[in-house]
Amino acid sequence: MLDFSASLDLPLIWFVLIALVMFLYVLLDGFDLGIGILFPLAPTDACRDQMMSSVAPFWDGNETWLVMGGGGLMAVFPLAYAILLPAFYIPMISMLLGLIMRGVAFEFRFKANSRHSRKLWDLVFHFGSLIAALSQGMIPGALLTGVDVDGRNFAGGPLDWISAFSIITGIAVVFGYALLGSTWLIMKTDQRTQDWARQVAIYALAAVAVFLGLVSVVTALINATITQFWFSMPNFWFLLPIPLLSVVVLLLCARDLLHKQAEYRPFLLAIAVFALAHIGLGISLYPWIIPYQYTIHQAAAEGPTLSLMLLVVVPMLPLILAYTGYNYFVFRGKSAPGHGYG
Amino acid sequence: MELWSDPVILARIQFAFTISFHIVFPAFTIGLASYLAVLEWRWLRTDNSVYLDLYRFWVRIFAVAFGMGVVSGVVMSYQFGTNWSVFSDQVANVIGPLLGLEVLTAFFLEASFLGIMLFGMNRVSRGMHFAATCIVAVGTLISAFWILSANSWMQTPQGFDLLADGRLIANDWLAVIFNPSFPYRLAHMVAAAYLTTAFVVGGVAAWYLWRKCHVEHARIMLANATLMAVLVAPMQLFIGDLHGLNTFAHQPAKVAAMEGIWDDEQGAALRLFGWPDAKTETTRYAVEIPRLASLILTHDANGEIRGLKSWPRNERPPVAIVFWSFRIMVGIGMLMIVLGVISAWSYMRGRLYTRRWLQLVWMGMMPSGFVALLAGWFVTEIGRQPYTVYAVLRTADSISPAILGTQVLWSLLAFVLMYSFVFGAGSYYILRLIGKGPVGLQGTPKYYQHSIKSSRFPANSKPGEPHA
Ligand code: HDD
Ligand code: HEM
Ligand code: HEM
Repeated sequence: MLDFSASLDLPLIWFVLIALVMFLYVLLDGFDLGIGILFPLAPTDACRDQMMSSVAPFWDGNETWLVMGGGGLMAVFPLAYAILLPAFYIPMISMLLGLIMRGVAFEFRFKANSRHSRKLWDLVFHFGSLIAALSQGMIPGALLTGVDVDGRNFAGGPLDWISAFSIITGIAVVFGYALLGSTWLIMKTDQRTQDWARQVAIYALAAVAVFLGLVSVVTALINATITQFWFSMPNFWFLLPIPLLSVVVLLLCARDLLHKQAEYRPFLLAIAVFALAHIGLGISLYPWIIPYQYTIHQAAAEGPTLSLMLLVVVPMLPLILAYTGYNYFVFRGKSAPGHGYG
Repeated sequence: MELWSDPVILARIQFAFTISFHIVFPAFTIGLASYLAVLEWRWLRTDNSVYLDLYRFWVRIFAVAFGMGVVSGVVMSYQFGTNWSVFSDQVANVIGPLLGLEVLTAFFLEASFLGIMLFGMNRVSRGMHFAATCIVAVGTLISAFWILSANSWMQTPQGFDLLADGRLIANDWLAVIFNPSFPYRLAHMVAAAYLTTAFVVGGVAAWYLWRKCHVEHARIMLANATLMAVLVAPMQLFIGDLHGLNTFAHQPAKVAAMEGIWDDEQGAALRLFGWPDAKTETTRYAVEIPRLASLILTHDANGEIRGLKSWPRNERPPVAIVFWSFRIMVGIGMLMIVLGVISAWSYMRGRLYTRRWLQLVWMGMMPSGFVALLAGWFVTEIGRQPYTVYAVLRTADSISPAILGTQVLWSLLAFVLMYSFVFGAGSYYILRLIGKGPVGLQGTPKYYQHSIKSSRFPANSKPGEPHA
């Protein structure tokens, strides 16, 4: 039977891979959820058309990273999947409902014939994106505050996931997605839409900076283990670049937004903000997958399962990235305020 | 009330509701994707614009159905964890990779090339566009391969060891993937998807012929549908028969429920109709054909079939619903064969496009594939109760322990409301597209003008045009 667990630290490899997949999800679906969040604020209907067209060919592929994250978690960390999904039952279901709303809104909005029904799908698109983003943001917050476990099962109550902290992380993610969305629009649109996106991006950036600081401070206050990890001695110096770089990136992004030339750089910098936050979260959690209950090694699937998955993911992931890249390449350039295909 | 607070019942209803909703769309998109590939190929070969019209017509319907398939599918992949956490914990080592491989080998492929298929006609060469259509079509089939492998493994599990804590771990991946019922289920399901689509296409064509509009397009569609029906429907009967024999070997209790047989019988009769009554353990008012069930299942007119009574009550599936769903599916399958043969016969006599009553029948049969499909899944899934993994893990033991009935109830209601809203709107838009027909789209270059300013064909971008 195929099994590499003797020679490789499979749970660690998979922790990194799952974190990577989740990051790609947050990044890619982040910008199209962000566009949904900003949708009603756009100045005209033509702008909204242009915004939606700029993501129409991509959203399905973007959402597939979420399916990979969920499916991957089930395959490689089944215990985490089995404990966390019941623990986050309500935010999970709301996220799914939100994703349904925003997903169908793409097709239906293109097909709506009256102003009235378009308005309806605009709203469905907006609220779907908002609900999905908020739910996604609350989940890591709730994870960091801890989950009640009894044996191999979740043992807490249905509302355990609500706390001041998870509300803060939820809002932080909403603003973060808005930043990704608006900087994407700077890159993919022009004229009026672009001008507007630039303005919105500045506000979003400010909010992201505030919430990033807030989340860091509150984490330090409520979670002694994480604080100790970051501030204990050799660690401190190794980890210091993460917050420092975050500040630098935020400042660079602000400069680009205020001096109206750069079209691509703000989006890339917004990605860097997310990447740093993500790395910070990953480092804080490691080696726990369910904080202080189960480590990645305890929650991991058995050797044959992890090995088979690794054998497939190693060739498939580059291939997927290649044709995803090709898809973005085919639809490069500015999006026109026209409509989809029909 | 008991029912409304029992999380097991509610989670089962929720699963049945969401999967039944989901499967309707994949079944249609699997068939339609392949049909679109054929249409585009015909267009590239013949340069006949009628094929292009048809492609453009069906691809818009495809887009709506695919979108609904995707969003309802995402729900499925998380529901295993929310409602069935013990199931996930115990069998994920076996079934998780199958679902993971589905994402890696199929979902990304479909999702990425869908963009090019829908919006890319002016952006890539004809050849590349055709390739994208084919890739999406193949992607749907790869997806069916993995998910049906997972489902079939739950019906006929093998290739695993049971650990001391109750978890399962694979010891032979090939045995897991190619488990005994998988080849039959895959063939039967793909044929079902093609038939379902063929009857929708044929029904639409018949409606146009009936109204005497889009006649040129309708003829092609009806001929295609006829070809599919006359070839695949009889094949489906054959595959289904093999499938039943396989089930008889591995899940005899399911077959006893399908046949409504209670006592062990030699030379068992085939009950055409009847009312299986679990209380009295008889099938009442049965209309029977002597010895036929034994003949079909054992290839011996006196062969023995085990009756339901030989299992304790808590090992039996619900009988009536399995019994009736099976008859609905097979009945529709027979109707499909008959209609296929009559239509092929009419075609050869040159009357296919003119027989009014035939058009009426095709119109009536338009939703039949969906009904048969759901009925078939009901037989399969309810027939394997009370287990989720047959003879290994019980449904009642699969549920998430910390979940309250109220949680499941509210989420169930939310799904029902959301799906009714979304499904209603989706069906409305699909019907409206059908109502407009393929010809209205002719000569409108903006139809394929995709929205993003094209670098290859800048002339095609006319921003700001009102929406058709
Ligand atoms: C025989 C075929 C079949 C069956 C039995 C199922 N599906 Fe499905 N599914 C498909 C065939 C399919 C498909 C044809 O591949 C879809 C339809 C539309 C699409 O995007 O792909 C799809 C979409 C789809 C998606 C969205 C993929 C994306 O983001 O692009 C997910 C997550 C699932 N499915 C998951 C499931 C689960 C967990 C199932 C069982 C419990 C299931 N499907 C049953
Ligand atoms: C696609 C068509 C499918 C349909 C229409 C369908 C339908 C159903 C129905 C009606 C039930 C409820 C049975 C009952 O509770 O009495 C059920 C149960 C179940 N099915 Fe399926 N199913 C399908 C495919 C699948 C697949 C592909 C999987 C897994 C990979 C699956 C996994 C399950 C599980 C885990 C249950 C147990 C939960 C329960 O008993 O409700 N099903 N299904
Ligand atoms: C013509 C005669 C047919 C026969 C004899 C037949 C036989 C069967 C049998 C025995 C099963 C149960 C398999 C099991 O789980 O043990 C089944 C399931 C099923 N049938 Fe049919 N069937 C027929 C026609 C059709 C048609 C016309 C459709 C749809 C268009 C269809 C769709 C399905 C589906 C989707 C399932 C569930 C998935 C599976 O187990 O393959 N069947 N069929």
